[in-house]
Amino acid sequence: MDVSGILIVIMAVLFACGVYAMLERSLTRVLIGFLLLGNAANLLLLIVMGRPGLAPFFGTSDKDRMSDPLPQALTLTAIVITFAVSAFLLALIYRSWQLGQADTVEDDETDLAVRGRGAAREEDLDDEVELENADDAVTTDFPDVDTSPIVVLHHRDVAGIRDDAPTDGPDEGGGR
Amino acid sequence: MNALVPLMVTLPLVGAAIALIAGRHRRTQVLVSIVTLSLVLIIAAVLLVAVDTGSPIAVSVGGWPVPFGIVLYVDRLSALLVVVSSIVLLAVLLFSVGQGAADGDDDTPVSIFHPSYLILAAGIFNAFIAGDLFNLYVGFEILLVASYVLITLGSTESRIRTGVVYIVVSLVSSILFLAAIAMVYGALGTVNMVQISERMALLPQDVQTILHLMLLLAFAIKAAVFPLSFWLPDSYPTAPAPVTAVFAGLLTKVGVYAIIRTETQLFVDNDLNFVLMMVALATMIVGILGAVAQAELKRILSFTLVSHIGYMIFGLAINTPLAVGATIYYIVHHIIVQTTLFLAVGLIERRAGSTSILKVKGLMRAAPVLAVLYFIPAVNLGGLPPFSGFIGKYALFDAAAQVGTPVMMVLIVGGIATSILTLYALMRAWNLSFWREENDSTETLERIAYLGNAPAAAISTERRTIPRIMTAATAGMVAVTVALTVFAGPLLDVCLRAGERITDGITLVQLQDQGAER
Repeated sequence: MDVSGILIVIMAVLFACGVYAMLERSLTRVLIGFLLLGNAANLLLLIVMGRPGLAPFFGTSDKDRMSDPLPQALTLTAIVITFAVSAFLLALIYRSWQLGQADTVEDDETDLAVRGRGAAREEDLDDEVELENADDAVTTDFPDVDTSPIVVLHHRDVAGIRDDAPTDGPDEGGGR
Repeated sequence: MNALVPLMVTLPLVGAAIALIAGRHRRTQVLVSIVTLSLVLIIAAVLLVAVDTGSPIAVSVGGWPVPFGIVLYVDRLSALLVVVSSIVLLAVLLFSVGQGAADGDDDTPVSIFHPSYLILAAGIFNAFIAGDLFNLYVGFEILLVASYVLITLGSTESRIRTGVVYIVVSLVSSILFLAAIAMVYGALGTVNMVQISERMALLPQDVQTILHLMLLLAFAIKAAVFPLSFWLPDSYPTAPAPVTAVFAGLLTKVGVYAIIRTETQLFVDNDLNFVLMMVALATMIVGILGAVAQAELKRILSFTLVSHIGYMIFGLAINTPLAVGATIYYIVHHIIVQTTLFLAVGLIERRAGSTSILKVKGLMRAAPVLAVLYFIPAVNLGGLPPFSGFIGKYALFDAAAQVGTPVMMVLIVGGIATSILTLYALMRAWNLSFWREENDSTETLERIAYLGNAPAAAISTERRTIPRIMTAATAGMVAVTVALTVFAGPLLDVCLRAGERITDGITLVQLQDQGAER
């Protein structure tokens, strides 16, 4: 089976970048990472198709010189699925932003509880805060540059804005 | 008979479409959901009888000849799991109907609950009857996308927070699965499971191991096997009670089902049993130790869920027909019992206004029926005789003892320890929530003061009445768990026959013959 080496290199780069982006805290980057990974997997499907040939229309081209049609069908299906999931993720990011003015993945409750056990004394708590700040600096691309804080406008601040998503009560939620 | 097979997937999808259109008419939605799932239950029961007495059924969808088109394949294992999952889906649906009617949420976003629920059902059924790897992937994606919607239902802050973890982890496992399918296709030129198993022997062992590990990795994330189970206890408990119940019962088991197919059908010669055994042991022990450290009932149950996945992996790692059969019985038992426990905890939450075992007390006097509904599945899961949990574990240990190597003995001891610790975690919850008097002093709590640090130990919600239909749905599930014990003989026989059938395998020629039948 001979395949294009360039495709393999591109796929490897896409996988690597995808994994890197997915490890970020920001949900938007996770989405980008997911898209890269999805495209990398689709490329892998195309690579395993083997030597590219004529368009696989039954009866029109020579059977021996056709491309393998099955990976193309699989890729199309996978693209559709990736597309639908990204749409859902975008909605989720929007909702997360709307609720907390942040699109980051937050710490696990259990992890926090475990961390909290050792931090009963006040100086320990101070350490915690510093540690968290340090974490943030590491995950930001430009640690020394102050970016301007993003201001979220609400209906109550500016009359022209309509909060168009349903708001929730504290518990069961969903009530419009 | 063949025409019935695709109906198991298409019926819920059509039902979902109707339920979506009828978004404003709650009663229509409920009716459509119940009718659809009941029809699937009947079809699956008929198919189970048919394949149990006859041979497996293969249907080639769209009339393409067998190795090229999509093949739906129903054997005893598939049919049995579809029957069990439709029973569970139906009971949880009734439970949620009761909950929705009682809380009076007539025009909340919950109008999307029924369509999502039916799509989830379609995905689960599709995964169980998929005859090729790619269709299995599509089934997984259908159920996952529906589960994304269900786990963030109402999109409150806590549900978005935990939902994100669940969704991102699931996405990663899906991509891994897709990449694994591409690699399998690259190596073997097919995605049909029967053809894969026939051609797999042609590959060198190291390539087989790579493919094997890729597929296992993808499925193990879904099945919550130990090092990859971290997402589960954090994301399940925040979803609405019926959603958690159905996720706990079914979603991880779809992953386990995929692992069964991988181990018994695809990679017959490639031996990763020792790795699986170690993973199974770690899953059991780490999972149950997590449960012991929790104070909140839903989290306790989520950790026991992880831990009991270990038994199923253990059964698969033994890899004899007897062990596979015992594993199938254990899956059936665990789907039903775990769902029932989550439903019972949903009732406790409404009755007592909390699920923290440090806060709930005096329920034995206040709600004796609820006490029974919790107690029976709890001792069942813990593995006390005569319940099905004991029978399932006994069958597993028996299969392991017949192999009799030292590592098997270690696993049996680990399994027994897990069983005892499960009993300890669930009975401690029972003692505190039900047996403790309402006016109990704090002395009892001092001995377990370390639990005060556990997550969600202090959460409480408002108390609400329990509608009769919710109690009825839970009681129905408890009755099913008891039935698993009463009819354990015939059921275990079916499971053992199912185990033999898969390990025997089926040839491509047989599959083609059946697919060609009209």
